[in-house]
Amino acid sequence: MVRREIQRFCIYTLFLTILVLPMVGMRGPEFEARRAFTVLSVLVGVLLLTTVFRLLRETSFYRNLGQRIRQRRDRALGKIQVLPRPVALGSLFFLLALFPFAANNYVIDVAITVLIYVTLGLGLNVVVGLAGLLDLGYIAFYAVGAYTYSLLNLHYGIPFWFALPFGVVIGSLCGCIIGYPTLKMRGDYLAIVTLGFGEIIRLVLNNWDNLTKGPNGLLGMDKPKLILPSFSDGGLSWTVVPLKSLPSLYFVILAVALLTVIAVHRLNNSRIGRAWIAIREDETAAELTGIPTTLLKLLAYALGAVFAAVAGAFFAAKLSYTNPNFFVFLESCVVLSIVVLGGMGSIPGIILGALALIAIPELFRELASYRMLAFGGAMTVMMVLKPEGFIPATRRKRELHEEELESEEAADE
Amino acid sequence: MSLRLEKVSMQFGGLVALRDLDLEIPEGVIISLIGPNGAGKTTVFNLITGVYRPTEGTIHYNGHRLNGLPPHKIIALGIARTFQNIRLFKNMTALENVQVGMHCRTQSGAIRALFKTRFERAEEQRIRKRAQEILQELGIDRYQDEYAGNLPYGEQRRLEIARALATDPKILLLDEPAAGMNPKETEDLMQLILSLRNKGLTIFLVEHDMKVVMGISDRIAVLDHGQKIAEGPPRAIQQDERVIEAYLGRRHTTTGSIS
Ligand SMILES: Nc1ncnc2c1ncn2[C@@H]1O[C@H](COP(=O)(O)OP(=O)(O)OP(=O)(O)O)[C@@H](O)[C@H]1O
Ligand SMILES: [Mg+2]
Repeated sequence: MVRREIQRFCIYTLFLTILVLPMVGMRGPEFEARRAFTVLSVLVGVLLLTTVFRLLRETSFYRNLGQRIRQRRDRALGKIQVLPRPVALGSLFFLLALFPFAANNYVIDVAITVLIYVTLGLGLNVVVGLAGLLDLGYIAFYAVGAYTYSLLNLHYGIPFWFALPFGVVIGSLCGCIIGYPTLKMRGDYLAIVTLGFGEIIRLVLNNWDNLTKGPNGLLGMDKPKLILPSFSDGGLSWTVVPLKSLPSLYFVILAVALLTVIAVHRLNNSRIGRAWIAIREDETAAELTGIPTTLLKLLAYALGAVFAAVAGAFFAAKLSYTNPNFFVFLESCVVLSIVVLGGMGSIPGIILGALALIAIPELFRELASYRMLAFGGAMTVMMVLKPEGFIPATRRKRELHEEELESEEAADE
Repeated sequence: MSLRLEKVSMQFGGLVALRDLDLEIPEGVIISLIGPNGAGKTTVFNLITGVYRPTEGTIHYNGHRLNGLPPHKIIALGIARTFQNIRLFKNMTALENVQVGMHCRTQSGAIRALFKTRFERAEEQRIRKRAQEILQELGIDRYQDEYAGNLPYGEQRRLEIARALATDPKILLLDEPAAGMNPKETEDLMQLILSLRNKGLTIFLVEHDMKVVMGISDRIAVLDHGQKIAEGPPRAIQQDERVIEAYLGRRHTTTGSIS
């Protein structure tokens, strides 16, 4: 066991060295040794850590530790659950509502980004977590939402709230367009096709200069406006308030994120949600239980795309700017990581995942160039230690720990 | 209202799994399909439910031609099945498994779910109630909230039947439902099948346990190497020369050689 792990470690290290040194080190004709070795040492460090963890996992110490932590956690959770659910939710909501008054603009800006990614994560969760379809090009729908609003607003002056339904329709159509050819595919093929679709959208946006102004992007869209009652001059009157300040945008996007949470929760516990989970569990058996699997998979793509398109429209409106480089493959990876790290199919998990993956990197701004590295590292460590994510959906946890559960049960008997 | 297979053949590459099968399944009977391993019994089920499309011949049900229909449409016409190797949704609860079965008899779509309309809530309640009833009828309601994968083996087979019944079928295809059951469970299963038939369901049964087959079947068809070699009431089948030779005879020799 120990020998095998050490062997593996050596082989991987060698492999990484061969791969990383030339790829990272060569900048033009020169070899930047420092850069190359820093990256390599971090990678090897992560590798070493996971190896140590894997070895530790075999020892009885770790097993007991795991159990002790679980007991602690259960006890702590028990205490939290003493608070009745409405009270807990109410106070959480209160905190969220008061937050902008206690924070500066920078923090609010980060919070808005987190909320947008919560929406994206929950939308992708419909596709990946519920229906079990891999989608590596999800960010394309975000782009579709952003560009739909931008173009409608710039060319036709259509205000935000009227453009939003167009974004929803076009987003869901795109979801169907990508969904349709992939319906018969599974696994790797699906991954490649969705990845390709994401890139196609980005490249079209990048090269269709007449329409999208290419890499320069689109600038100067209106902010969303709200019609609010005001009590000036003693009487009640309605005024149109453009959402210019960050706190006001925060509230609107918070509302969007909350609506998404409610929507995904309702879908999850509906006839459609059950059918999706059945498809994820065993597609053939689902079809033979009377579920139109093709239609439902298409629906999952379309609905997932709708959430992304809405998030995209708000994103473009918030910045009054958009360009194709916001929608690179990396962004799809970030959203997928949020879903996977947070816990597929679990709403609180995804919220936590968005916080962890968006807010924490902001705290370590200076280290931005190592962000991907930290990502990869975190992902690897998570997959080794807790493949079901931070807050797993109970169902998901069962899937990934089936053998352990079975052996535990066998031990109980 | 009968299921009719006419000259149905199925070829997998060079292998002929089924050759010119004619079979009629009238309403309200228990009809069994038996035959040695690899005779093509499961293939018949797969053809009827649209998993495969017959290479030749036609399958008619109640005026509909089933060839080429996708499985979920065939299920919606009133044909339900279970699987030889259990295929439950393991990480869904027993109740959820049955609720999934009711999909094709209910309507609420995504929009209704998103707005939680009155229709959707009423339907969800109805689905839940009916699913509980079905579990109760099959005597597995105590496992309602247990994950299907955690149920004892015999109860998993029952849950498969429950899920199939949830689609409100006219014909129920059971693929070796007694496999792996103990004598008591097998006895209960026979009672269950009989009571389903008495409620007007047509049962099409594939089973290796001769006690079950001979005990409850109204009619038996025998397959060997993809061909029907006999058909008739249990008595006639038990005495049929070709069946004894092809099926029972061969089995005796194999068990003989093992011991
Ligand atoms: N998808 C397939 N591809 C190729 N060959 C198949 C396929 N399905 C079944 N067969 C072959 O068709 C023949 C009949 O198989 P089938 O599963 O119908 O037998 P069976 O009567 O159900 O046997 P058992 O009693 O073992 O369940 C076998 O030789 C099998 O290998
Ligand atoms: Mg079989």
